[in-house]
Amino acid sequence: MINDLYQETIIDHNKRPRNFQLLEDANRQAEGFNPLCGDKCKVFLKENNGVLDKVTFQGAGCAISTASASLMTETLKGKTIAEAEAMLKKFLDLLTTDQPVPMDLGKLAVFSGVREFPARVKCATLAWHTLRAALRGAGEAVSTK
Amino acid sequence: MPIVTSLDVSAIREDFPILAQQVHGKPLVYLDSAATSQKPKCVIDAITHFYLMDNANIHRGVHELSERSTLAYEAARGKVRGFLNAANTQEIIFVRGATEGINLVAQTYGRTHVGAGDEIVISALEHHSNIVPWQMLCEEKKAVLRVIPINDRGEIELYAFEKLLNPRTRLVAVSHVSNALGTINPVREIIQTAHEFNVPVLIDGCQAVQHMKVDVRNLDCDFYVFSGHKLFAPTGIGVLYGKEKLLEEMPPWQGGGDMISSVTFEKTTYNDLPYKFEAGTPDIAGAIGLGAAIDYLDQIGMEAVAEYEHDLLQYGTKALESISGLRIIGTAREKAGVLSFVLEGVHPHDAGTILDREGVAVRTGHHCAQPVMERFGVAATTRASLAFYNTREDIDALVAGIHKVKELFAA
Repeated sequence: MINDLYQETIIDHNKRPRNFQLLEDANRQAEGFNPLCGDKCKVFLKENNGVLDKVTFQGAGCAISTASASLMTETLKGKTIAEAEAMLKKFLDLLTTDQPVPMDLGKLAVFSGVREFPARVKCATLAWHTLRAALRGAGEAVSTK
Repeated sequence: MPIVTSLDVSAIREDFPILAQQVHGKPLVYLDSAATSQKPKCVIDAITHFYLMDNANIHRGVHELSERSTLAYEAARGKVRGFLNAANTQEIIFVRGATEGINLVAQTYGRTHVGAGDEIVISALEHHSNIVPWQMLCEEKKAVLRVIPINDRGEIELYAFEKLLNPRTRLVAVSHVSNALGTINPVREIIQTAHEFNVPVLIDGCQAVQHMKVDVRNLDCDFYVFSGHKLFAPTGIGVLYGKEKLLEEMPPWQGGGDMISSVTFEKTTYNDLPYKFEAGTPDIAGAIGLGAAIDYLDQIGMEAVAEYEHDLLQYGTKALESISGLRIIGTAREKAGVLSFVLEGVHPHDAGTILDREGVAVRTGHHCAQPVMERFGVAATTRASLAFYNTREDIDALVAGIHKVKELFAA
């Protein structure tokens, strides 16, 4: 069902993305893009003693990629780096495996519907791949191609 | 609007078995023919018959099957000649597709005629396949790529084209019809003007041959390329037409079997046209399939196809224009086959996914024409593209799907 993909939360976060701004005092950041569709995403992190005090993003893309980035920033704010890494793994597993949807994903569970739309999985994971690059300080632009 | 009666679309749809299916529980509405066209049963049958009965390599054996397969392959070349109204079959080179045809010209004609400081002219409407081969050539030869600008409707600026021509211009390469916008380019004028400067012209006919009658002698183009799979034939086969005089003086491209007359370790004598440019075993079945597609189109008549599609495109344009928040990208006065658009507040990929669930197949993205997208200030568009098997009902389904997109995104 198309409504499983475009749930209210996703439509809402696409229209009013949270934490959609440049972070002047970011101490970690990365840029990601999907060359096939032209989607772009920048993730900014302000990390303090292993805790993500601020998480923001900028970019242009479809509703799935925008909402995914927006919900990611909400979810990760105040989390430790270890927690963020764990969430990253859980989110990618949610989209790329057939495992049952974990109970502790919170709002992110809305993306379980993307599994039924294989062509759109990369849209949902772009922000998270970019997050991984920011966390691990790869410094290079990541591509989801 | 008058209903065109010269083309029986319901009979035509029966010739395309693939169209009679449901996707996601909805009747398939195939509006992606600019990416690749569907194949009529007669084309599929011709390929099946070839592999069931006649398969053998061509131009080699003395046995019966080789004879049959050679005859069928060369008959297909004859059909292409007739379809394009070329003067003779030596001018019809079978290639993998338009992309290979353009690369062949760039690597043979281009490499022998273009030097440092020389110029090649393309247009701002080109598909990447008519940009990159010329960029590669320019890079190698230290030549310069010039681009004819387009206006806000997506039409080539002819006066600007004339100004680009100069004694250093070696070749002009433009599309007959734009794949991203559907603009029909004034190729006859472009060719005439270029010839005043003694500059040859290559026309990329990928998005033209399936929509209108093309006559290469009337156009007086020097090269014309198209892909079979956009002309209701299989993938893997395409055509390069070239004027005999130009093809004769061009060096071969790929070396191998079939393109030679004799080989010793000291010297190889190349074969005559068109075989000089057909090294190796070609896509025999593909060529036969292309021949069958041309036979099929001959029965219908390209004039009838053009007339029917013109009516359908007008109907579609009006229908889309009536949707608020929708902007058609590419509003040229002369168009064929393409309705490209953006929806306010909706990314084309979201629109494409929702339309797909309604059974409507469209292309979303940059359509391998990123410079065109940039010119119109969009990252991507949704593109509905037409063939003569499409109907007004298909357009209505597209419109209904777009309303569904708007509904979902209005939340």
